[in-house]
Amino acid sequence: MPEIVAFNAIAAGIEPEAEKDPVALSGPWGRKPRRALSPRNIIIYGTLIVVALYYLLPLYVMVMTSLKGMPEIRLGNIFAPPLEITFEPWAKAWSSACTGLNCDGLSRGFWNSVRITVPSTIVSIAIASVNGYALANWRFKGADLFFTILIVGAFIPYQVMIYPIVIVLRELGVYGSLTGLIIVHTIFGMPILTLLFRNYFAGLPEELFKAARVDGAGFWTIYFRIMLPMSMPIFVVAMILQVTGIWNDFLFGVVFTRPEYYPMTVQLNNIVNSVQGVKEYNVNMAATILTGAVPLIVYFVSGRLFVRGIAAGAVKG
Amino acid sequence: MENVSVSVKDLSLSFGAVTVLDTLNLDIKDGEFLVLLGSSGCGKSTLLNCIAGLLDVSEGQIFIKNKNVTWEEPKDRGIGMVFQSYALYPQMSVEKNLSFGLKVAKVEKAEIDKRVSRAAEILQIQPLLKRKPAELSGGQRQRVAIGRALVRDVDVFLFDEPLSNLDAKLRSELRVEIKRLHQSLKNTMIYVTHDQIEALTLADRIAVMKSGVIQQLADPMTIYNAPENLFVAGFIGSPSMNFFRGELQLRDERAFVHANGVDFDVSAYPSRGPFRDGQKVVLGVRPEHVRVDEALSRQLSHQAVVDIEEPMGADNLLWLKLAGQSMSVRIAGQRRYKPGTAVTLSFDMAVASIFDAVSENRL
Ligand SMILES: Nc1ncnc2c1ncn2[C@@H]1O[C@H](COP(=O)(O)OP(=O)(O)OP(=O)(O)O)[C@@H](O)[C@H]1O
Ligand SMILES: [Mg+2]
Repeated sequence: MPEIVAFNAIAAGIEPEAEKDPVALSGPWGRKPRRALSPRNIIIYGTLIVVALYYLLPLYVMVMTSLKGMPEIRLGNIFAPPLEITFEPWAKAWSSACTGLNCDGLSRGFWNSVRITVPSTIVSIAIASVNGYALANWRFKGADLFFTILIVGAFIPYQVMIYPIVIVLRELGVYGSLTGLIIVHTIFGMPILTLLFRNYFAGLPEELFKAARVDGAGFWTIYFRIMLPMSMPIFVVAMILQVTGIWNDFLFGVVFTRPEYYPMTVQLNNIVNSVQGVKEYNVNMAATILTGAVPLIVYFVSGRLFVRGIAAGAVKG
Repeated sequence: MENVSVSVKDLSLSFGAVTVLDTLNLDIKDGEFLVLLGSSGCGKSTLLNCIAGLLDVSEGQIFIKNKNVTWEEPKDRGIGMVFQSYALYPQMSVEKNLSFGLKVAKVEKAEIDKRVSRAAEILQIQPLLKRKPAELSGGQRQRVAIGRALVRDVDVFLFDEPLSNLDAKLRSELRVEIKRLHQSLKNTMIYVTHDQIEALTLADRIAVMKSGVIQQLADPMTIYNAPENLFVAGFIGSPSMNFFRGELQLRDERAFVHANGVDFDVSAYPSRGPFRDGQKVVLGVRPEHVRVDEALSRQLSHQAVVDIEEPMGADNLLWLKLAGQSMSVRIAGQRRYKPGTAVTLSFDMAVASIFDAVSENRL
């Protein structure tokens, strides 16, 4: 510092005694220091910690309980870590817990849920993204009316439509099957997903679309070659919405399928609420964690993808 | 209809109840550089989009190369378009951006390579071919955007304010490049801008637009020197023309515009028809058509006071007060005046403009 001051002074043709200038050397300089334990920080972090505990505590209890044997659970010390770790409850929840009629655990429900969620998610996103693209970029005749109907559809309570849908599915011959449930999930995802995609595509620069048209690209070429590669973030968002929504669905699963096709959530309910024998809390906890694991994993994995997608898509112009 | 390249006939376009273009007619010659100039929202982009086929017209026809293309798709019209926001495909490299249109049209690989490398050479973007648009500067992006129109080997180039996102220096560089491009390619070019310098420097002809109507269509010199109406006169030129509202008076075989208590002798004005005594008119004089302290002749001079001086290097802009009205005068850069100085002005009426105050048309 002093050398620089002296140098500048010389350069400016001033006597080097300016080196001793107290104003230039004392007082604030450089980055402003911040106290780690300011009242503001204490409040912010304190609140965050309390909220985090509030949500983490039940999960902690569940994990601990699921790792204990029944005798240990009967001691009633729910916060204590297990004295003797056992994975027995997990194995039982997965493969031999009784769900009403049969006793082959959650595994059947897991595979049912996979077979429901994967096609429903893919089909609904595929259709909704094309819908949204057409609505945003190809202002076809009646587009506004179509869009209005779709939005209104999003606000009708599901309960109103259950019985009519049962009849429709029965007439189509898919009532009680996985196909029927997949159709229902696909249709019910449509309004909100279409809205999501339409708004995203409408936010992309219009000139890009015009340029592609001048380049001779048609409806599908523009969709696949221009729009899709630019829209990964919104596809990830849609995927998160659909996977968690469909995986967590209980109502449609109960109403529209037969017991052998029950999704995992319904099976979980049957295990936890089964009235025969003693309540096996450890098995119930393990089953619950297993059922919730898929949405959790989706959040963790795609959350990272999502951030990366935004970073990659951040192209101006 | 010999060598007409683009022809717009009775074109109307409305968005719902709003009429943006109203029975517009425009013929553009082969190889001509036509600039559409007008303030924001006057319908320039709309007209360009209609010619490109990106908007369906409400009424009228569009011909390109004597072919009625009113219902044709953009790609079948033989046009290339360059947008203000560049509109490069962000996920494709420069090379892919250039070749996209050709690939869609299923042009042979060898031909694509040939055209891309030719365009890259013309625009000097060969070193950038492998980069993504995000890795380019604004000027480079716009060059790529021009290249995308270039590779398609089209008859007509459409530019929608291609330079308005660039800084002043780049803008003037690319302006020269576009002019050079036009001179070597000799394509028809239609160029939208609201920058009058771009319009005046680039155009063979300028169409000045206001609320969807072409106010004047002429070469830049005519537009600048003989504006057809008050709007064109005020729109072109920076600083804009000085206007004096007054009344025509015919005395002793001479004509005067009497404004703010001052008589301007306009006998030298080349009017189109005879003047009418007592007619309400607007006299327009460009800042560079006023002389300061070097009278053309004694009777024609006026007294004014310097208000503000704006030296601009090459010239010096004086803001003066003449009979209570503010006006600007452009003089040589080395001639300086202090505010408050009294000066003598004389007006070169042979190059002035006089408009009817009611119809606002040139007399
Ligand atoms: N899709 C649309 N719906 C309704 N009105 C529109 C639409 N597009 C443009 N307009 C209106 O048409 C008019 C002309 O718009 P246009 O984009 O052609 O203006 P412009 O001359 O290109 O202006 P700028 O210099 O700002 O680009 C404007 O008043 C605009 O509000
Ligand atoms: Mg525009």
